Amino acid sequence: MTEILVLVEHVDGEVKKVTLELLTLARSLGEPSAVWAGPGYTPEAKARLAEYGAEKIYVAGAEEITDYVVAPKAELLAQLVAAASPAAVLVAATPEGKEIAGRLAIKTDSGVITDAVGLGEGFVADQSIFGGGVNVKSRVTKGTPIVAVRPNSTPPQPSAGAGAEEQVTVALSDAARGAKVVNRVKQEKGARPELTEAAIVVSGGRGVGSAENFSLIEKLADSLGAAVGASRAATDAQWYPHQFQVGQTGKTVSPQLYIAVGISGAIQHRAGMQTAKTIMAINKDPEAPIFELADFGIVGDLFQVVPQLTEEIEKRK
Amino acid sequence: MNIVVCVKQVPDTATERKLRADDKTLDRDAADGVLNELDEYAVEEALRLKEAHGGEVTVLTMGPDKAAETIRKALAMGADKAVHLIDDALHGSDTLSTSYALAQALGTTGFDLVILGSESTDARTGVLAAMLAERLGVPQLTLARKVEVNGSSITVERVTDYGYDQVEGTLPAVVSVVEKINTPRYPSFKGIMAAKKKPVTKLTLADAGIDAGQVGLGAAWSEVAEFAAAPPRAAGTIVKDEGDGGVKAAEFLASKKFV
Repeated sequence: MTEILVLVEHVDGEVKKVTLELLTLARSLGEPSAVWAGPGYTPEAKARLAEYGAEKIYVAGAEEITDYVVAPKAELLAQLVAAASPAAVLVAATPEGKEIAGRLAIKTDSGVITDAVGLGEGFVADQSIFGGGVNVKSRVTKGTPIVAVRPNSTPPQPSAGAGAEEQVTVALSDAARGAKVVNRVKQEKGARPELTEAAIVVSGGRGVGSAENFSLIEKLADSLGAAVGASRAATDAQWYPHQFQVGQTGKTVSPQLYIAVGISGAIQHRAGMQTAKTIMAINKDPEAPIFELADFGIVGDLFQVVPQLTEEIEKRK
Repeated sequence: MNIVVCVKQVPDTATERKLRADDKTLDRDAADGVLNELDEYAVEEALRLKEAHGGEVTVLTMGPDKAAETIRKALAMGADKAVHLIDDALHGSDTLSTSYALAQALGTTGFDLVILGSESTDARTGVLAAMLAERLGVPQLTLARKVEVNGSSITVERVTDYGYDQVEGTLPAVVSVVEKINTPRYPSFKGIMAAKKKPVTKLTLADAGIDAGQVGLGAAWSEVAEFAAAPPRAAGTIVKDEGDGGVKAAEFLASKKFV
């Protein structure tokens, strides 16, 4: 079997769901090796990676790998690519994951594919481009395929791997120490899942009408254990913080379920959510383009429908 | 401070965008070309830094003849001059080629600071700024929601999943900016008139010392094997709220095992 490197996304020592998805995906194409970059590796993390099929776990636990922006992780992966000659390298298609992929591509003289929503035999990647209007199959033609895969592309499934640990040290170049992280500021996000990783996203748009009314969206989201998103109209109006904007110039989400509330569904928004598996829309305008995408749509007043829906979900728990 | 802003002409996101049937590259004639929206923030940030610290703002773009419109927009906003990397051999370049070609062009302009938008609205790869930093061997201060320059040191707030990282480096450096870092100015009438007289230097591959074997569709490190218009989603069930819309929605979610 061929080795496939999977860069682990972790926060506070916890392996993120997208990594379990990538390990699952890698198992269908070869033997996954997890690559842990930076401090925070624990026996729990090891168990989690092995549970999802990591045959090997490369651990580069040095602090300096996360002390500088992106470049050290690319150097670590380049070193492993040179040593192990893997068949491919998978990273999560987060903004940082893609940057790592980009630098790694140059270091290893390899092609890179970003925002894959699927990956098949021969590492042919599925991409959805132009706001979801065109489906593309693409592949790397030189070097080691480096593929950044969107969260929620594959349901994570456990299947035990050996989890053989191998400690790795990297001698960072001076160039990799150019941009130093001097402070990490964690903003309160509460108990909700991260927007780009969440299996369910509930977003509010212009129809929500005010910042206060976003509590309706939040309550619905919380009843489903979902993340909250917002359309550009809503973030431009400062009803909800900009980092939650879903769309062409904001975050791209690809959840199992996307609920659009009071969102008309302009291309700007569709570009960020069109690859969601199931889409529900609640809007008072029957002509809203969001209904063209919706698997289930309610034409009605969101101030009636949303509280009733939230209550009904709570009842069914 | 010598600031170079890399900008890209992209098809207007409000129009239907296509790939070409013949070589599977972006069909640049199918839609109006506009300045990539995220690059407007880059141009604005460059102008603000110039206003605060002095120096000059150069616009750098790579693209066909039509991209000259985009250069003019950035000049009308207030950039001082422009470099247009233009050569038929660049057609079909992927991100590796593009970063190589731009790095070569930056060799002709020199720079203290290179600023880009965090991604283009057409390809949306989001890798170019990181690739440029890698090729140029300078600090990567990307995904910035705030940029501060103090002498030769630079600090940015880099947007992360959990908030932001405060990141420090020294010039020369590569910065990419995210949406909402600022409010891009509209070109004034005076600015539009002045833009017509600002110098635009055209560079060919040879001018920038670019190896033709490293750029263009033939040299790409990846390929589009096939593409097709996304099939329309199967028509969903749309119901009018008759007072029980929320209940019906919950029933739908239950049928899909979400509740």
